[in-house]
Amino acid sequence: MTDLIAKTPCAGLLPVSHGGWSLSEVDCGPITWLAPFHGQAEALDAALQTAHGLGLPRPGNSTRAGAARCLWFGKEQVMLTGVEPGDALAQCAAMSDQSDGWAVVRLEGADGADVLARLVPIDLRPSAFPDGAVARTLCQHMTVTILRENVDALVIFAFRSMAKTLVHDVETAMVSVAAQHAAP
Amino acid sequence: MRITCPICGERDRREFYYQGAASMLDRPDPDADGQVWSDYLHLRDNPAGLTRELWYHEAGCGAWLIVERNTVTHEIIGTELVEAADAD
Ligand SMILES: [Zn+2]
Repeated sequence: MTDLIAKTPCAGLLPVSHGGWSLSEVDCGPITWLAPFHGQAEALDAALQTAHGLGLPRPGNSTRAGAARCLWFGKEQVMLTGVEPGDALAQCAAMSDQSDGWAVVRLEGADGADVLARLVPIDLRPSAFPDGAVARTLCQHMTVTILRENVDALVIFAFRSMAKTLVHDVETAMVSVAAQHAAP
Repeated sequence: MRITCPICGERDRREFYYQGAASMLDRPDPDADGQVWSDYLHLRDNPAGLTRELWYHEAGCGAWLIVERNTVTHEIIGTELVEAADAD
């Protein structure tokens, strides 16, 4: 049987660098959407602790343990990344494997919020959006989820089908802001 | 215009989708008279001043909100989750 080679969502598009910033693709490993059944948020929190050593994130936040990360992903839903979900999670939450559904990119460099300020209508500076913070918002006209990974990195989740648009929009902003910073 | 989502905080208007008057939450009894249902579906006030509306945080958390605002000044007076007001 033919051995198929998986193509990543941003294959052929990334990495790119402009000014002090780089944009690269992130391989999150497994990505699993979780939505606790009615009244089961506490049970899901406990099940996540037992299976993966991290808790259910509050709105606008994420939790982390080793390679596993859990991101708030909207009202009463979270996304577990970096680890295959434990079987016990299915007792208290609806789940779906979305590993192939997301284009995930990392914008690295100081003041990445200056770049995304061209595209995203919220304050992403570290003072307002600290390490581990998560937002569901817009990037240009697309809905995205944005995670601050540390002071110099912002990670953007967009639908895989919009990977080229995501890269185009962010790269265009990088070029523009870099030129503006370089101007005398 | 900025709207404060009870879950996400203050956000730009472009993240929200406008649905219509919050009177849609006051659904008549299924057995109510046809005229009552017709009024519910088709009749809307057009106030100059305070109004209660349904907005959807479409490009955010996905919550439905009741937004009270002033159509004259564009002031947003308050927001709450629909489920808090419609918990039956
Ligand atoms: Zn919201």
